[in-house]
Amino acid sequence: MSDTTIQEEAIRVDTEKGNFKYPENYKYDAGVGLTEDTVKYISDVKNDAEWVREFRLKALEIFKNKPMPTKWADEDLNNIDFDKIRYYLSKGQMPARSWDDVPDDVKETFERLGIPEQERKFLAGVEAQFDSEASYSRMKEDLEKEGVIFCGSTEGLNKYPEIFRKYFGKVIPTSDNKFSALNSAVFSGGSFIYVPKGVKLKQPLQAYFRINAENFGQFERTLIIADEDSEITYMEGCTAPKFETATLHSAVVELVALKNAKIQYITVQNWSSNVFNLVTKRGMADEGAEVKWIDCNIGSRLTMKYPGVVLKGKGARGEVLSIALANDGQHQDTGAKMMHLADNTTSNIISKSISIGKGRSTYRGQVHMPKHLKNCKNNTECDALLINTNSRTDTYPAITTRGENNTVQHEASVSKVSAEQIFYMMQRGLSEAEAMSLAVNGFVNELMKAFPMEYSVELKRLIDMEMEGSVG
Amino acid sequence: MTTTLETPIDMQTTNEPTWLGERRAAGLKQFNDLPMPTARDEAWRFASVGRLSIDNYDPIADASTDVLEQLTKRSDLVSTRAGQTIFVDDTQAQFEPVSEALAAQGVIYLPILEAIEKHPELMEQYFLKESTELGSKKFFGLHASAVRAGNVLYVPKGVEVKDPFVNYYWTSGARAAVFPHTLIIAEDNSKASVVDIFFSENDSNEALNIAVANVHAGPGAKVFRKVVQDWNEKTVSFQLDTIIADRNTDVKNVAVNIGAARARYENQVRIEGPGAHVKSYSLTVAEESQEFDQRTFQIHNAPNAVSDLLYKNALLDNSRSIFSGLIKVAPNAQQTDAYQTNRNLLLDPTAEANALPGLEILANDVKCSHGATTGNVDEDELFYMMSRGIPKRTAMQLMVFGFFEEIIEKIESDELAENLRELIRNKFATKLIK
Repeated sequence: MSDTTIQEEAIRVDTEKGNFKYPENYKYDAGVGLTEDTVKYISDVKNDAEWVREFRLKALEIFKNKPMPTKWADEDLNNIDFDKIRYYLSKGQMPARSWDDVPDDVKETFERLGIPEQERKFLAGVEAQFDSEASYSRMKEDLEKEGVIFCGSTEGLNKYPEIFRKYFGKVIPTSDNKFSALNSAVFSGGSFIYVPKGVKLKQPLQAYFRINAENFGQFERTLIIADEDSEITYMEGCTAPKFETATLHSAVVELVALKNAKIQYITVQNWSSNVFNLVTKRGMADEGAEVKWIDCNIGSRLTMKYPGVVLKGKGARGEVLSIALANDGQHQDTGAKMMHLADNTTSNIISKSISIGKGRSTYRGQVHMPKHLKNCKNNTECDALLINTNSRTDTYPAITTRGENNTVQHEASVSKVSAEQIFYMMQRGLSEAEAMSLAVNGFVNELMKAFPMEYSVELKRLIDMEMEGSVG
Repeated sequence: MTTTLETPIDMQTTNEPTWLGERRAAGLKQFNDLPMPTARDEAWRFASVGRLSIDNYDPIADASTDVLEQLTKRSDLVSTRAGQTIFVDDTQAQFEPVSEALAAQGVIYLPILEAIEKHPELMEQYFLKESTELGSKKFFGLHASAVRAGNVLYVPKGVEVKDPFVNYYWTSGARAAVFPHTLIIAEDNSKASVVDIFFSENDSNEALNIAVANVHAGPGAKVFRKVVQDWNEKTVSFQLDTIIADRNTDVKNVAVNIGAARARYENQVRIEGPGAHVKSYSLTVAEESQEFDQRTFQIHNAPNAVSDLLYKNALLDNSRSIFSGLIKVAPNAQQTDAYQTNRNLLLDPTAEANALPGLEILANDVKCSHGATTGNVDEDELFYMMSRGIPKRTAMQLMVFGFFEEIIEKIESDELAENLRELIRNKFATKLIK
């Protein structure tokens, strides 16, 4: 059998894995399609303040007027039928306060996802999103005492407008792109977090997201504000059951790191291969602040996600570390954006992608040093690994540099697992599949170390699952 | 170009073969049908298209004999050559044909209009057949409809020509539009080199240049093309170059770009045979408000081929550069080695470098990489030299010329290399050490 046949044979994925769902039983349902009435309906259900209502309606207008970005993006976007999507549904339940209040079927779902109940003991608070609303929300008492706010988007805007309104929709304006506008019109769910001055959270905050309704788009909205000298790590993870028709996920995540604050945002996602995952993520870093995105994209039909950092204050730092894995029929279109707007700002982008079968992975990046700045630095590295002969990878960075003593370096490489490597390992008794798995793990290993321990375990498992068959 | 369209140029419409008339008409239609590029076009990203205008330039019928003589005298960059042609505002000022020995071997070196008369089949096969896919189809169309100056070089199977052919393209008249064309056809296992030189008569004549160069390298052919672009800073320039490389070819393209108000340089390499080896090198030195807009495309349609690209830009004052490169490896082009490097040296805080180094890889057994760096003069290197007693100004100058030298030495001709160093020194030496 030839080299490639074995590989192609080996890289068949067990599509049944993670393929579970429970009967739908939703109390509120905004129906199918998107009109002004849908948006008004969502506002009514959520008891939106007048300004939020206006914000949503204005966003709907912008969404309708903006063209699809298909002049540069994947034409597959045209296959999204906005009229067939449900934009809101909810169990109509208040965010639960204790684990006992969580419905059994939701608990069961989490068990399948491999989230042990005990995990909450280690977590500062769990915001587990079952479809639109937070089904479970809990914060440790000492965190509450310190003044940390951790709630859903509706609660955040209704209860703490004085804190969240100032930055809501400011890091990512509604008109940023078509999908940020869509999210602004119909958002529900997500996390709003405020960390007060000087508070350094030692444990990460977590949220698990799931989609569980056919044709249902999930439009969560997250805003994290880290006040001066504070520190926070936030983690989100996703796994979705398989659906018959395409599903849209379009989130907006805004991070605000005030002077000397640090925010780390970690995502490990595993969407089923019919999900359009179109997410806008951007952080703003004030003087001396640091925003770090750690991003792992597995699954989905098309993912478009370019986490960015606006380096607004002197000495701010931005970082994006990302791993993408594209299997048959999948397109991981990911990347990073770094906008340098002040002196002495530094940014780092490391991106690794793996394309399996007919999978396609794309890196799209932007590094911008447009003004007369001094001593700014950017480092970008993107490496792509192609497993099969028909795998595909693209790299499209855009770099603008001006100013004094600024340095920008970009490097990209494309390679395959070398025959020598496989041969060497097989010589020592490994099967070809094992050797392949080892090589792929070696390729991402360095970056994997950047993830917190729990996540790097989960991530390895996800990659193994995806490579299943080839990795024995 | 409104004026041109209202008064069609009649000098080439007489006695031209039908195929050419058709190609010119198609070109004109393409020019009229396609819109001007806008800032929203991906192929023109970062270019200041808002300030791009090609209106009110016209082809100039005749340059004065004085000017022709004077510019012929100034055309002295390459003294050892196999042939030379000098055009001023697209009017032929001088023509040095190939030696009788080479002509006997079948080498053809002729101005294009003459070649169309004498070798119609050859010209029909190759002339105006290849345009870039990098965003300037509209301007290629205008070139096709108006071209009358330029040269064709045909080297038959197995023939090797040691010395280069030299083509000078001068502009002189007020608001002149010129359309230089270089066509190189190198058959199996032949060898040839061509130098294309673009100059302005003085610092003030405004001009529009839309130049096209097509290289066809047959199996095993070795082609070396050198391009020197030193227009004055009143010139709007387009150079739309393509290279088609068959199996086992060795093609090299070196460009030195100094002039023009704004210069769009498109360089498309298409590898159609295994074992081809294509190298593209470019050095650009920009000052004042010059804009250099470079788009490159390395297309690998065949396996086992190598392409290498290095573009270096040094930027002063308010100048801008855009480097947008793409390597595309087709699904069957396994064992491809493709490299692309862009180095930008910012010598003033107001200068701007944009880099868009892209890859599209559809085969898996490939070695592809690209790198782009932008920075100032390396402080450590500067300190090293200063600590060894070299004054700062001298050290800076050494480093900047060192940056240039990597490309200049690839010219592989001491005389031309020294002349290029001189051109750069004349224009920038005082600025480089301020």
